Amino acid sequence: MIELLRAVFVAPFADMVGNPTFLVEVLIGGIAAGLMYSLVALGFVLIFKASGVFNFAQGVMVLFAALTLVGLMEKGAPVPVALGLTVIVMIALAFAIERVVLRPLVNQEHIILFMATIGLNFFLEGFGEMAWGANVKKLDVGIPDTSFLVRGVQINRLELTAALTAAALVTVLAVFFQRTKIGRALRAVADDHEAALSVGIPLKTIWVVVWSVAGLVAIVAGVMWGAKSGVQFSLSLIALKALPVLILGGFTSVPGAIVGGLIIGVGEKLGEVYWGPLVGGAIENWFAYVLALAFLLIRPQGLFGEKIIERV
Amino acid sequence: MMATALGTPAGGASGPALLSVEDVTVRFGAVAALSGVSVDVHRGEIVAIIGPNGAGKTTLLNVISGFYHPRSGRILFQGRDRTHLKPFDVAALGIARTFQNVALFKGMSVLDNIMTGRLLKMRGSFLLEAVYWGPARRQELEHRAAVERVIDFLEIQAIRKTPAGRLPYGLQKRVELARALAAEPHLLLLDEPMAGMNVEEKEDMSRFILDVHDEFGTTIVLIEHDMSVVMDISDRVVVLDYGRKIADGPPEIVRKDQVVMDAYLGVAHD
Repeated sequence: MIELLRAVFVAPFADMVGNPTFLVEVLIGGIAAGLMYSLVALGFVLIFKASGVFNFAQGVMVLFAALTLVGLMEKGAPVPVALGLTVIVMIALAFAIERVVLRPLVNQEHIILFMATIGLNFFLEGFGEMAWGANVKKLDVGIPDTSFLVRGVQINRLELTAALTAAALVTVLAVFFQRTKIGRALRAVADDHEAALSVGIPLKTIWVVVWSVAGLVAIVAGVMWGAKSGVQFSLSLIALKALPVLILGGFTSVPGAIVGGLIIGVGEKLGEVYWGPLVGGAIENWFAYVLALAFLLIRPQGLFGEKIIERV
Repeated sequence: MMATALGTPAGGASGPALLSVEDVTVRFGAVAALSGVSVDVHRGEIVAIIGPNGAGKTTLLNVISGFYHPRSGRILFQGRDRTHLKPFDVAALGIARTFQNVALFKGMSVLDNIMTGRLLKMRGSFLLEAVYWGPARRQELEHRAAVERVIDFLEIQAIRKTPAGRLPYGLQKRVELARALAAEPHLLLLDEPMAGMNVEEKEDMSRFILDVHDEFGTTIVLIEHDMSVVMDISDRVVVLDYGRKIADGPPEIVRKDQVVMDAYLGVAHD
């Protein structure tokens, strides 16, 4: 019994103190992974903020963006051109979604819009495969997947780039939402369509803006994840990892998506490395979901979410 | 900018109308919600729309504010045809409204709610706004000041930071009015501003409506059920019944109108 308690509560921390360089490496790995989760979660937050709808298709949008980029590059387009074209495709997609899916469903229940995004999910999945094929593709954006040493700590170039990109993107978006009039308009639209229209907010424009931005975020996430693990169908499943991030951070908070991602990224890496051997590993696979479950029980609105209080 | 009209005499038909609803018909399937309704509203008037439940009052307001579009007929505002405009275009023309069931942004603070009323007045430069710099900062402060004036005017200083969804109903209605006023509208449409209020709250609301009218010269069209309120504050009363206009005139004349009394009380069968 004492042995077990020791193994759980003492030994892992002793390991951490005993080899700080390794601990820093684990932490950096965790932060990098966390920011990647945050990138995906951000796409969800954007659309949720502006329409109160959980966009089931966000994961597939990431896949679709990556597929388009790789497909164009395979056709011989240089990276900047392919990237530019992908941006255009994602913005065109936003216009199409607004026209075909959202506009006919104005003022419908949120659950109906949610169902529509499930349909969108399957459509994009099929369409992406039809257009670009279903093989695993290698995405090479010119950043080598190698490491360099800083004071004895290994840092992966690709992970570093991804982390910096994510951090920059998040800063821009946070400012966009908190400070600009569009940000306020977005929050207004999410809250009440009718009222938003009556104060002169054009729903159409707002939706196109939001879905375009979500599409751009999907490109960034798709590039980063694609470069790391290849562009393949399973890319759309990273949306599943974004879900606990959202539960932790709160569905409506941009900073929440970041903090949530970091907690999960760092938490699961630490758990895996230091406590994994005790239970035979694989902590990384369930840590996020268990944490999310705990949050649902204790603080369902998440760390930064708005508490909805309904008076009756 | 707001025109400071000195208030036209009751039932005044002087000058060109600010708003003309001309022979408007609205149908939902086979039901005619409005049939051939014409109403003129003149600058500086307070016009009350009354009528039994289902008479088409809210439909009329929704047509004016662009939420519904008429099957036939025209709507002119400031002499220009705007029959087919969308709600946000209508808002841009200077028509603000409130809703029967209070449509506030419940998760946002009272201050932010009222600030949304000024969205149309803000000029956008994303980059400037994003860094909150120079002109953008000055603009934000200007709008803040305008909103504070509305807040003072409606005496809601104390609840500035409260999320709108947590306020009691009467105050929510007042915040909704504040948001509409923040847009400095030429025409203010109020859908049952006093529904569900107690006598004291109704008196407050009546006073605010009259103050708005006196202070800013805002033209007001309101729907109201409480006849004593209607008689007190309106210059003119329009009566709808089954989607048709059955009376239009100064309150003291309309209240004695036989057709109106029949519509409200039912016709005696003898």
